[in-house]
Amino acid sequence: MATFNLKINNKTVSVEAEMDTPLLWVLRDHLDLLGTKYGCGIGQCGACTVHVDGNAMRSCLLQVSQAEGMAITTIEGLSENGDHPVQQAWKEIDVPQCGYCQAGQIMTASAFLERNPNPNDAEIRNAMHANICRCASYNSIEKAVKEASKK
Amino acid sequence: MKPLKPTSFSRRSFIKASALASGGILIGFNLFTACKPDVAPPIDISKLNFNDFNAFIKISDEGIVTLFSPNPEIGQGVKTSMPMLIAEELDVAWKNVFVSQAGLDTENFTRQVAGGSQSIRLGWEPLRQTGATARQMLINAAAKKWGVDPSECKTKEGIITNANGDKLGYGEVVTEAAGLEIPTDVKLKDPKEFTIIGQDIPNVDIDKIITGKPLFGLDYKEEGMLYASVLRPPAFGQVLDSYDDSGARSIPGVINVFTIGEKARAYLKQERRSWSVKLGNSDKVVVVAKTTWDALKGIKAIKANWKNETPLESTEDHDKALFDLLDGNEFNTRRSDGDIKTAFAEADKVIERTYEAPFLPHNCMEPMNFFANVTADKVHLVGPVQTPAEAAKVVASMLGRDLKEVQVDMTRMGGGFGRRLYGDFAFEVAEIADTIKKPVQMISSREDDMATGVYRPPTKYKIAASIKDGKLTGYHLKEACINGNMYGLIPNFFPAGAVENYQVDTASHGSNITTGAWRAPYTNFLASAEQSFFDEIAEEMGVDRIQLHLDLLQNVKGTTDERIQYSPERLEGVIKLAVEKSDWGNAKEGVYQGFSTYYCHNSHVAEVADIVMKNGIPIVKKVTCAVDCGIVVNPLGAKNQVAGGVIDGIGHAMYGELTFNKGVPQSNNFNNYQLIRIGETPQVDIHFIENDIAPTGLGEPTLPPVGAAVANAIYAATGQRLTKQPYMNNLKIEKETL
Repeated sequence: MATFNLKINNKTVSVEAEMDTPLLWVLRDHLDLLGTKYGCGIGQCGACTVHVDGNAMRSCLLQVSQAEGMAITTIEGLSENGDHPVQQAWKEIDVPQCGYCQAGQIMTASAFLERNPNPNDAEIRNAMHANICRCASYNSIEKAVKEASKK
Repeated sequence: MKPLKPTSFSRRSFIKASALASGGILIGFNLFTACKPDVAPPIDISKLNFNDFNAFIKISDEGIVTLFSPNPEIGQGVKTSMPMLIAEELDVAWKNVFVSQAGLDTENFTRQVAGGSQSIRLGWEPLRQTGATARQMLINAAAKKWGVDPSECKTKEGIITNANGDKLGYGEVVTEAAGLEIPTDVKLKDPKEFTIIGQDIPNVDIDKIITGKPLFGLDYKEEGMLYASVLRPPAFGQVLDSYDDSGARSIPGVINVFTIGEKARAYLKQERRSWSVKLGNSDKVVVVAKTTWDALKGIKAIKANWKNETPLESTEDHDKALFDLLDGNEFNTRRSDGDIKTAFAEADKVIERTYEAPFLPHNCMEPMNFFANVTADKVHLVGPVQTPAEAAKVVASMLGRDLKEVQVDMTRMGGGFGRRLYGDFAFEVAEIADTIKKPVQMISSREDDMATGVYRPPTKYKIAASIKDGKLTGYHLKEACINGNMYGLIPNFFPAGAVENYQVDTASHGSNITTGAWRAPYTNFLASAEQSFFDEIAEEMGVDRIQLHLDLLQNVKGTTDERIQYSPERLEGVIKLAVEKSDWGNAKEGVYQGFSTYYCHNSHVAEVADIVMKNGIPIVKKVTCAVDCGIVVNPLGAKNQVAGGVIDGIGHAMYGELTFNKGVPQSNNFNNYQLIRIGETPQVDIHFIENDIAPTGLGEPTLPPVGAAVANAIYAATGQRLTKQPYMNNLKIEKETL
């Protein structure tokens, strides 16, 4: 067991964990940040997506020991009041069905729009391709990313 | 056609009201007693026992309405749409309504189940009656205060008015209302008067979902909660022989390692009825740890030896068994009209095709999990399950507890698709918690979730048609399926009643691989098979495939056969709408269309798929979907269900397949099992038939027909008839186009 100092949602927190613990489980089990979801554990589904230094990354593949010194943002820290343009668009379009994958979808979309504020349809589909939605809310996701890009 | 009978019930038997100590009124009702014959207990508010109810309306003295929704939410939107039905008749502004998931009433449940797309159909009458009854009580209280007749009072958005211009908010009369007799003769609104039903109402949990608030089973936590993971047999047919847990015990966070299974087996022996504990044949090794990661690492560190209890089966074995059944004569005849033998003997032409589909896992995004805490006075279960009542019953029996001591709280579910009808995860965690006597959450890794699942059984159909004098004279469908066959209503779906000589035969092969319901059971592949076959029949007959359907439906109109489940008029309606909206027959160059139509789960659907070919690969660009589900309660949620069903159906028809080698599933995560992703997704163009017919299900009916719409479009583009799913594994791709 070792102590790690992490910068999460603009706060520095100290956690005791095994070195090999994925950031995902540190967020969920140690820090009660439950918005980041477990889906596959191998970086295939995107449910656990967080921002690391502004990039969308799979928290299931990032060990806690590698995460020190990086600025980590989770869905809980994406905006103060749940009003990030992507969150607003998700609400306007009423994207979620079961809702489980949506935090990961929102984190992928928000990092993408930061880099490409005016994407075309093909770029949106390309950017969101690595996130699985088992309820297949894909039409709404596409619409919401486009809507968010106008905000 | 069998008419949809109005639900008969007595309001007296299921509604009770009480003043709340904190101010306000609590109206309790049992939605499901409402659907049973009248039992009419006397109403004595002083003896009110709210354990009798599974749903409540609370109106505070500020006029804020909280509706406790009784049905489990798996993403199908009932947590939003069912309360809409109450709020409509209660006549309150939706913005003043809050919705909360009700806990399970373990004594008086009858249908607290999410499955079969039935929640809205069954709730339509009683939920509106409940809202209307509550509204009448509030009116009666106001009328008494004013000294006027209740008939002189009106309501609008939670305000009661009378002819003198007096006004009272619901909150101002709730205490008085609680003391009044329950009215028994309330009138429901005419659909034209609806102000909430038919409006776009966003998912009631939307704010929590988009900000990552804890909602799901895995988000549930209690002080001192431990985490458990379970090592189950790697192959179906194997049981635990011995194990070495030293590796697991050397992991610092691991607290305990032990086996479970005995209680599940004892239950299975004693009850013999439950499919839910099929996974209980073997002992399983449990690792309990301080964190999820420790628990997941722990089971990987167990060295287990397994022995074969029953033969280990492979996909080739299943294929052979099902083909043998189709070629044999051990069938149950499920419906037989006319004389197919003669029809086929006298035919000008007979066509026969075989259709095949594989096992499918459910792959809910939230892997199976459940929480339990077993104490001296209570068994507390929390988590995502589509059948909470069944879970409570089995756990009580397994642990030798009184059913009253078992409390099940439901969380939002990260997908269901049928998987969460089977409560094996709840039984496992109950046995774990009973052993350690500490609060514990059991989690399955994705690998365990996919490889120790309850699967859509593989199915093969052989369908034959006879044509004489340009008419379809005979239709003979044979089904061979693993562990069961189509349910009893299906033989009465289209084209039953439309073809003079018609027969459906089924046969089943037993397997030790666990199988069960998967979104739109049986029809999820049957519709693909039949609607692909109809495309071939039309071609053989040299008639337009739309016209063939319309002609056949003419034969069913005015039928006196009460077994027929679908309405020919409503099927005709969706076919015409889909044809019109898809611009059928006028596709642009390079776009190929495929048509399909189906009735199931009380709803009628027609779909047209538009595909283009790119490097020899079919790309589904658009699906036009016409739906008749009666009144659309929440169009916003309904469109989500329709689009989701269509895309899910395409994904599984094109890519979905789980094969077995010596009992071991050959896929166990998303790197070796393909789910449809956004890049393969068509735009779904959705059109509802507008009518005033009581609403029917939407969670399932748009999925079954789409496989055939795609297969028929691929035929139009390539000339290849795809009869075996997943289609992409069976499509011959022309090399020169690559």
